[in-house]
Amino acid sequence: MSDTRTSGAQPPPTADRDAPGGQPGRAGELARRLITRPELGALVGAVAVFVFFALSAESFLRPGSLSTVLYASSTIGIVAVAVALLMIGGEFDLSAGVLVTSSALVSSMFSYQMTANVWVGVGVSLLVTLAVGLFNGWLLTRTGLPSFIITLGTFLMLTGLNLGLTKLVTGTVSTKSIADMDGFPEARAVFASQLDLGAFTLRVTVLWWLALVAVATWILLRTRAGNWIFAVGGNKDAARAVGVPVRGTKIGLYLGVAFCAWVLGQHLLFSYDVVQSGEGVGNELIYIAAAVIGGCLLTGGYGSAAGAAIGALIFGIVSKGIVYAEWDPNWFKFFLGAMLLLAALLNAWIRKRAEATR
Amino acid sequence: MTHTTAHETPRDAAVTPEAAEPLLSLVGVGKSYGNVAALRNVSLDVHAGSVTCVLGDNGAGKSTLIKIIAGLHRHDDGRYLLDGEETVLRSPREALDRGIATVYQDLAVVPLMPVWRNFFLGSEPHTGRGPLRRLDVATMRRTTREALARMGIDLPDVDRPIGTLSGGQRQCVAIARAVHFGARILVLDEPTAALGVKQSGVVLKYVAAARDQGLGVVLITHNPHHAHLVGDRFVLLKRGTMAGSHRKGDITLDALTHEMAGGGELEQLGHELARTTAPTRPPAVS
Repeated sequence: MSDTRTSGAQPPPTADRDAPGGQPGRAGELARRLITRPELGALVGAVAVFVFFALSAESFLRPGSLSTVLYASSTIGIVAVAVALLMIGGEFDLSAGVLVTSSALVSSMFSYQMTANVWVGVGVSLLVTLAVGLFNGWLLTRTGLPSFIITLGTFLMLTGLNLGLTKLVTGTVSTKSIADMDGFPEARAVFASQLDLGAFTLRVTVLWWLALVAVATWILLRTRAGNWIFAVGGNKDAARAVGVPVRGTKIGLYLGVAFCAWVLGQHLLFSYDVVQSGEGVGNELIYIAAAVIGGCLLTGGYGSAAGAAIGALIFGIVSKGIVYAEWDPNWFKFFLGAMLLLAALLNAWIRKRAEATR
Repeated sequence: MTHTTAHETPRDAAVTPEAAEPLLSLVGVGKSYGNVAALRNVSLDVHAGSVTCVLGDNGAGKSTLIKIIAGLHRHDDGRYLLDGEETVLRSPREALDRGIATVYQDLAVVPLMPVWRNFFLGSEPHTGRGPLRRLDVATMRRTTREALARMGIDLPDVDRPIGTLSGGQRQCVAIARAVHFGARILVLDEPTAALGVKQSGVVLKYVAAARDQGLGVVLITHNPHHAHLVGDRFVLLKRGTMAGSHRKGDITLDALTHEMAGGGELEQLGHELARTTAPTRPPAVS
């Protein structure tokens, strides 16, 4: 029982140290444990596409290219992490993609119209974004309707609101630049700065991404809330029977998605200083795909934050790798679709194996 | 089992007048759903360290009785006495807080979660302070293993998803969980219903283990053989009413089986079946 392994990032498994005297099938047991990791399939996939593009595009391995890949991955990964937790909790969020845009729009337009310090807009945006998450979660737990329907509704409403309100306020489909307003440089430093390390450019979103993955992993594996997330996704009724606050857990998960959408929304605003109100549509499916590639079960109760991060990394590698390989970028979506199917098949197969091995 | 038989005679003799006060006693309890009376005038006692079996066919009112004991439903008639005190439970949570743990047939477990996470679900222990406040994983694992071992359950790997255990093993984990979290009264809903002979035996052993740890056990079943093996008291339900109440010494397995199976009804059925099958058999066989 000497507990040397206290790492928060790595879940319980690996070897069964505590078993007295060691079990006979130890190696087999270890292999089973490894193969049941939700992110294993994604990791294999990530290595495969990385090697593939490293071989087929000579510019792919340059530091500049790698930093671009990481940046692209982080902009997907930030939201995908929260979406993964939500999916482990057994729900969907189709509104996450446009919510990012809404968050940026609110922030920008509030600051501009009120001629306030941009931080005021950033704060108001956080409240509004969280309110949308709260609305999703509250409606879900109140009505018991499928989250697919509820968030499809908010997705469509937000899509319309983004365009309609922006046009009403600014007269065009994009916001006015807020680059010369008070607080802009500081806000840009927090949400959209970059650090040049020689040829490698480290974007601050990569740090946000890694931090969010670490926090999400900690929550999932080492807190009571994490236990509840797995439980409400795995068997809602059983969770309720033993006293788990099912409603609170689900609402909390939607708030998490909203928070991450807010982070990414502020990044988009402060890196370009204007926001196109029609953006974000379609990204919700990319977040879900990243989570599924990362081993999250569509039916809930299984998955990991690290897996979703690797799923996002695969997206980053493929989307930029195609550019560096100088292929027609239209192939990107085809690749991703195939990748998603492969990952889903692989995960299903792995889970069957894991459950059969006893 | 030797333990029980040794105590049986003196205890049964003493039980009649005052005995030790029962942990739980239902007196003439009834429950209606609208106009339909699901349960009428049912009485039973649950003593510490003994097993009260509730036997009955499908629709006899067993599940209604469970729901009343577990605090899911409120009884309409009669009295519900907990430690001799008249009580109205408002929720399963309150029942749990007062020491009544119910293990349902469909088992409140999350299949994909490891055994130790399931064991502590809803009552997870913490360690550390502030932002470092976290699940006490080492304790959770160790306690799970120890609690299972104390019940005589040998599970080498508590990290395995509970869904990969057999039905009997899962049932045992659920029982061990109830015992560990301080249940005084354990209500088991058909714990052997979906199990094979060997698995049933294993589960009954843990029922006995829970009894020997001083719990009052309510065992709901439609299998008189299983009931007779571990039961101290038998309450028979039939169409929502009490068809009999016996102590172990007062009734043989055969009598219990006969009563349970519907007695005369079964003989009648036997005659009917014999008449219809007799003429058709010879041609079918040849």
